[in-house]
Parts: sequence; C-alpha cells; structure tokens
Amino acid sequence: MNAVDRLNVLKTYKLYVGGKFPRSESGRVYEVTDSKGKWLANAPLSSRKDARDAVVAARKAFGGWSGATAYNRGQVLYRVAEMLEGRRDQFVREVADAEGLSKSKAAAVVDATIDRWVWYAGWTDKIAQVVGGGNPVAGPFFNLSSPEPTGVVAVLAPQESSFLGLVSVLAPVIATGNTAVVVASEKSPLPALSLAEVLATSDVPGGVVNVLSGRTAEIAAPLAAHQDVNAIDLAGADEALAKELEIAAADNLKRVLRPQPVDYAETPGIGRLTAFLETKTVWHPTGSLGASGSSY
Amino acid sequence: MGPLGDSIEENPGLYSRYARRYARLVTMPSSALTAAHPLKDVASSDSALRRFLHGLPGVDAVGLEGRAASLGTRSIKTTAKAYAIDLAISMVDLTTLEGADTPGKVRALGAKAVKPDPTDRTTPATAAVCVYPDMVAVAKEAVAGSGVKVASVATAFPAGRAALDVKLADVRDAVAAGADEIDMVIDRGAFLSGRYVKVYDEITAVKEACGTSARLKVIFETGELSTYDNIRRASWLGMLAGADFIKTSTGKVAVNATPANTLLMLEAVRDFRDQTGIQVGVKPAGGIRTSKDAIKFLVLVNETAGEDWLDNHWFRFGASSLLNDLLMQRQKLATGRYSGPDYVTVD
Repeated sequence: MNAVDRLNVLKTYKLYVGGKFPRSESGRVYEVTDSKGKWLANAPLSSRKDARDAVVAARKAFGGWSGATAYNRGQVLYRVAEMLEGRRDQFVREVADAEGLSKSKAAAVVDATIDRWVWYAGWTDKIAQVVGGGNPVAGPFFNLSSPEPTGVVAVLAPQESSFLGLVSVLAPVIATGNTAVVVASEKSPLPALSLAEVLATSDVPGGVVNVLSGRTAEIAAPLAAHQDVNAIDLAGADEALAKELEIAAADNLKRVLRPQPVDYAETPGIGRLTAFLETKTVWHPTGSLGASGSSY
Repeated sequence: MGPLGDSIEENPGLYSRYARRYARLVTMPSSALTAAHPLKDVASSDSALRRFLHGLPGVDAVGLEGRAASLGTRSIKTTAKAYAIDLAISMVDLTTLEGADTPGKVRALGAKAVKPDPTDRTTPATAAVCVYPDMVAVAKEAVAGSGVKVASVATAFPAGRAALDVKLADVRDAVAAGADEIDMVIDRGAFLSGRYVKVYDEITAVKEACGTSARLKVIFETGELSTYDNIRRASWLGMLAGADFIKTSTGKVAVNATPANTLLMLEAVRDFRDQTGIQVGVKPAGGIRTSKDAIKFLVLVNETAGEDWLDNHWFRFGASSLLNDLLMQRQKLATGRYSGPDYVTVD
C-alpha cells in the first residue's frame, strides 16, 4: 500500500491530570494554529473544575514525591530526558510549528530543552548542600537548616517559549520535591501536552505534574485563589493579570514568583530552584558539654 | 375487607400486589385491626414470618441499579446546593469506631459535632456523634448543652457474634451512660440461615432494653446479605420488630452503603409507612466520602421516600471523612475560593 492510500491518523491532544489523560471536564476544545494561522489540532479548553481536579491530584502525589530521596528524584528526571531524546523528532516538528522556527533552529531549541532537564536532574541532590547546612550556635545543639519543598505549585508556563520556557519553569519546581499544576502556553500548548506523554511513560509518579491547556486567565484565577495551592509561578501572565493573581494569591499567603524578563537559552542559575523551597531549621540537643568542651 | 385495611382501597393499583401476597398469610378478622398496625401478626410464628418475608416481591436488580444511577445524575447547583450541603451536615452522625479511640479523640469529635466549622458560626451542628458504649459518657459530656445526640453502637458490634444476654448488657450499659440512640447489628448468621424469628426476637429484646429514652437503629450489614432480596427482607423484618431506623452497614466490611441498597431501603420505609402509618428512618453508613455522593443520597431520599424524610430525625449519614468535604464545599460556596484540607480539622 502506498502512503497516499492511508487514512489520516490525527492526534487527539488531551489534558494530563493525576497520571491520566482526560478530556476537559467541560467538554470544550479550542483550535490551535501555527504561527501562520494554519490549523494544527484541537486542544482541550480547561475549566476551573479541571484546575480543581489537578490540584487534588497534585496534593495526593505530594507526600510520595517530596518524601522520595533527592537522588531518586534526580534519576527520575534524568529518565525524562532519556524519553525526550527518543521523541526528539516529534518535538522538533511541534516546536517548529508552534514558534514558526526553521527545522534546524527548532532542533537547537529541543536539544537545549533536553539539556535543561539533565541540568536540573543533577541539581536535585545538590541543592540542599548549597542552601542548607549546619549552623554554628552558642549552645549544646546541632543546629541544622534543610530546604524543604513548598507543596503544590501552580505554574503558568511562558506564552512565547512553548517548550524550552515550559521546561525551564517546570523542572526546577519538581526537582526540589514540589508537585506542579502547569497551565500551558495559551497559543501553543501542543509541546506541553506532548511533554505530558513523555512524563507518563517515564518514572514520574502520576499527579506530580499535571498539564492543563486553555485560556490562561480563566484557569489561573481559581488556581491563584485556591486555598490548597502553596505557591504560584506567574511566568506566563501579562502585567495586568499578574497583578490580579498576586492579589488573589495573598489570601492564603501563597509564595508568588513574579514574571520577569528571562532569556531561556541562558544557563538559569538556581533562582528558580530556591523560589519554591522553604528552610526548616532543627535544634538537636547534644547534652551538656563536659570539661573538655565536648559531651562525647 | 382485606387484611391491610383501608390502604388497599385507597391505592388499589399500587398495593394490590402486596395485598394478594399478604392475604393468604393473615387470617385475623379485620375487626381486630385497631391500635396495632395491620402487619403486627405476621411475626406471630416462625412460619408466618418466613412466609411473609419470602412473599415480598423480588427485587429487579437491574432496574434498581439503573434507577439509583439515573437519580445520581441530577445537577444540584447554587442555592439548592447550599441547602443540600447544610442539610447533609445536619444529618451527619459523626463517627469514630476504632480500637484506638481515646477520651481525647472523642472529646475533639464532640466539639467538632457541635461546631463543625469554628470559622463560620452559621454552619449547622451535626445530628449526633457515634461511639462505642464505653465512650458514651465522655461523648455525652462533650456535647452537653447542644442539640447533638450521642449514638452508641452496641450488641457486640460489628460482628454481633455474642450471646443475647451479653448483647443486652452491652445495650443497657450504653443506655445507662446516657446514649440517645443505639445502633445494633443483626445476627447475619441467623438471618442467612433462615432463622428469621431469632433475628426478630433479638431486635425486640434490644428495643425493650432501649426503653423509651433511646431510639433504635438496626444495622443489616448489607454487604454481607449477598442479594437485594435479602436486603428487602431484612428491612421489613427490622421494621416489623420495631426499629426506629434501619441502617445499611457497620463501615467495617468491603461493601458499605451504595445508592442502590439505600434506594431499596427507602422504598421499604415508604411502603411500610403506607401500610402501617409508622415512619422509620434510614441511615446509610460507610463509604460516603464526598459532598457529591451525599447530595446524590439526598436526591434519592426526596424522590423515593419524600420530603418527610428530609430531616435529621428520619435520615442520617454514618460518616467521618464526609463532614470535612461538606465543610470545604460550604467554604467554597461562601467565599468563591476552593478550600483545602488545611482549613478543616484532621481527625
């Protein structure tokens, strides 16, 4: 049979919530086009109830993911990079369509994205040594500060950089043990929805990353006001929306990372890793000090 | 006139089916049907009771489950939802039945039953707290001065495998400690082996031990009765023996309250009142965890038994985690923000 005789097999893009691929609860979809306005696919148009379900899934996954060893999280994230590598051609095509890039430029973006996963995978078991440690105190105590994940983080993915930008904001959130509800780029959500398929086939437990597509403003509002979301990254919000969301987020004292101009191609530094960490300090008594200055 | 008195003439279509079945069972002259309800004598002997229970119409399992499922699809929103959530909160029997129950835990539960949401004083109190007999006194103290009742499980809960005098002692203990309601379990072994009179006699004995001060809830453990026909028979048996409430399950087995078996029991209490004039309450227990589930049950009540049962005197939820979900939904309706488990108690 030659290629002309084959039926077109079109891909149905779906949400990724709790390790499953549901359609939007609302049943709505919207048309996604490439940079020249040509139709690419229909993506689910999420409602606030999809956001609510995603938060429930993320909360459920938090205990297991934050409790996993940092070394184990690093291995899981590296596995994601391996899976991305296997699907490289698909992502090159999707990124080229989404961002209007040539094949070679899109390939460079995808390579940078995979490298970004590997980079953050390496940080999982090192960040505690950079931002935590033993503190010298005047008393018979070990005093230790250790970074802990904040909890469920809502991530508004960057609107323009649909793949490299997405991974640059998502990977640091989950690398430190948080779980994430990601709102994909409104105009070009397809790379994010395909990334979900990669996550589902790597070793990332269901619910650690949840991907929603649709109108950023519509989904972000209930997430910002949600009492069970601990932090929100506003990378994909414009100035007016960011202000509104920050006000809503103040209600339960969410950590808010404001949008800032970023060049996603550059090495990111650990700013996004520390943004969603909290420092826990414990005082551990060592007993009274003997004449030698030590209790041992 | 038939043995069922006037109700047949009033509803010939609906009850002629029952009437035909009961007619051969009851030989008493109709003039004797005065104060006692017309079904009083069906338990006069082992064979009469057996014939009555086995004469009940068989349950159409597919139809029952279909009906329960279709009633579960109603969309209850905004003001109706707010009403349903408040009603459901007021119907909760807040339950702790663990080996590890401490007086402190029971006191905390009592405080929660009286004021489920301390941040919002308009939240209604729950109906009751449900504890083991030895915790009744503690629970009674914890809810003193409020309208919240104390229910106690008794009769060798949850298995019910003990001698009758042990079960009765259990009940008397709980009543003496001040329990307003007694949740007894039936002897499923006796029921399943067809010794209906034994079950009947146990329920009447427990009812007597409850006296006038405590209402009696009879738990059938529907998950162990195997068939819908058995659940229907157990419901009628319990009501004939004088139950004030019929309750699905203990919450200690794999299958607990389901919409279908609760629907079946609601049909039974409706038919029982039509025939005898006696209203009996229903309490699904176990497995109801979300507001959505609870609202589905309320729809079942309204559509099956009717509005008379939409009150915590006649319908209860046996639950513990349900209350937190109801409170979170209530907070969502009040503030417009989704709430989270950080804003309700951990119990």
